[in-house]
Amino acid sequence: MSVLTTSNPSPAPEGTVHKTIIFDHVSIAFDENVVLDDVSFELNRGETKMLLGVLGSGKSTILKMVIGLMRPDRGDIYLLGHHVNSMKEEELFDLRRQVGMVFQESALFDSLTVRENVAYRLIEEGVDQQEIERRVREALRFVELEHTISQFPAELSGGMRRRVAIARAIISHPEVLLYDSPTAGLDPVTSTTIIELLVKQRDVYHTSALMVTHRLPDTFTMASHYFDETENKMKPIPPESPIQIPSTFLVLREGKIIFDGSVYELVNSPDEYIREYIA
Amino acid sequence: MALRSPTEIVQEYLSAIQDYALLSGQAVANLFRRPRYLNDTLMQADSIGVGSLPVVIMTGFSIGAVLALQSSNTLQRFGSLSLTGQLVSLSMVRELGPVLTGMMVAGRNSSGIASELGSMKVTEQIDAMRALGTDPTKKLVTPRVISGTFMLFILTIIGDIVGLAGGWSVARLVLNLDSAQYWQTAWQSLEFPDVFMGLTKPLLFGFVVATIGCYYGLSAKGGTQGVGRATTQAVVAADVLIVIVDFFYTKLLMALMHVH
Repeated sequence: MSVLTTSNPSPAPEGTVHKTIIFDHVSIAFDENVVLDDVSFELNRGETKMLLGVLGSGKSTILKMVIGLMRPDRGDIYLLGHHVNSMKEEELFDLRRQVGMVFQESALFDSLTVRENVAYRLIEEGVDQQEIERRVREALRFVELEHTISQFPAELSGGMRRRVAIARAIISHPEVLLYDSPTAGLDPVTSTTIIELLVKQRDVYHTSALMVTHRLPDTFTMASHYFDETENKMKPIPPESPIQIPSTFLVLREGKIIFDGSVYELVNSPDEYIREYIA
Repeated sequence: MALRSPTEIVQEYLSAIQDYALLSGQAVANLFRRPRYLNDTLMQADSIGVGSLPVVIMTGFSIGAVLALQSSNTLQRFGSLSLTGQLVSLSMVRELGPVLTGMMVAGRNSSGIASELGSMKVTEQIDAMRALGTDPTKKLVTPRVISGTFMLFILTIIGDIVGLAGGWSVARLVLNLDSAQYWQTAWQSLEFPDVFMGLTKPLLFGFVVATIGCYYGLSAKGGTQGVGRATTQAVVAADVLIVIVDFFYTKLLMALMHVH
């Protein structure tokens, strides 16, 4: 169990307020094992950044550090203008309410029903019961799982659990979403369903998002598709289309960032490792 | 398995004691902070209190009965069989009631708490809770500590009464003692320091049972195997700590209240 200790929070420096997330020379090691080494990147408002890297490259650690579930050994982390690593755990609880996180294995509360899981944050905030019911149904409708409202997580398939976790993350309309390998271990059809939901969230609500994955096809689908609200489905961006998708890529290798840029820059990267990775 | 240096092992123990002390301190500090989870506290009180009732009643009755049976031989030798009630009463109220009830509740609930929280830890539900803006020590630890402390107090009183009843059943049916005499000596032998000692110990033991269960649960790592390990360690640690706390607390009270 880790016990978080902090010093007094310092005011956010100029320029951090208009960014959703800033990592400034962040490093962390567990015992002798360096997990992140001098990592720096920024996530702009409304942007979706996809974190790529092989297993154990430190991707999930970045997500946990964004909301202060882990503290860096060195460097500064800013979330919505707040200096995360100087905040007390008590202060972080308020900040985390502006963030939605989807965990790799969903992390649904297994003793609670789907309704209670999705409504968890609203129940904690003391929202009126009728309002909770309305918003839970709205969130479950978004992930097309309204019929599972009274079921327990154990009664759902892996893909359905992942969708319930997305509903739980988006119910309070957070300013930023963190996805930890949302399609890991799922079959291609279910993966596409999940990716369509993420694209829908991105294009309908314009939420900033940081997505960790090691499945390259999913990230290319996200970068090359948009959500058509009139037809209620994800469609490929036609050539010469003026549609701009605010998606960027970040590639991690052994705890270091070796690429930060657009999909076009990624596929044209001269770096040997990246070329091999995306091949 | 790699050998570790004694320094590393000592450091690990000290760090565990520090974490346990911090968690316990936080659980107590949360009593004065919002939000308070009344529903969770009542659910835990039901689980710990009502759930442990059968085992406490069975153990209490058996111990009271055995105590009367075992002591009868010695008492008879000195012609003091009529003091059976006094012996059962003092032993149950001052020592055996609180300790055995504490150990029974530890066996059932420290393990239960550790396995429940341990499963939540290894499946990232604790992290999910923190990510959703909830303090797990407020939501999970404090309700269990309040319920554990309060319910062990109640369970010990029940255990004491049932133990006295167990002693009476042997006194009446096996030793052919007069019921009124048994209850009279049992009641009259008790003085304020005995009752005070017997009723304050379960408060400490209940705190130990709940905090140890929570500590091992929240420290669990390494999948289902880790949860199993945490569960076993929680029961062992709670039982050992109950015995240690019992010794020092008894010594302290005996010195303060001049009890012999």
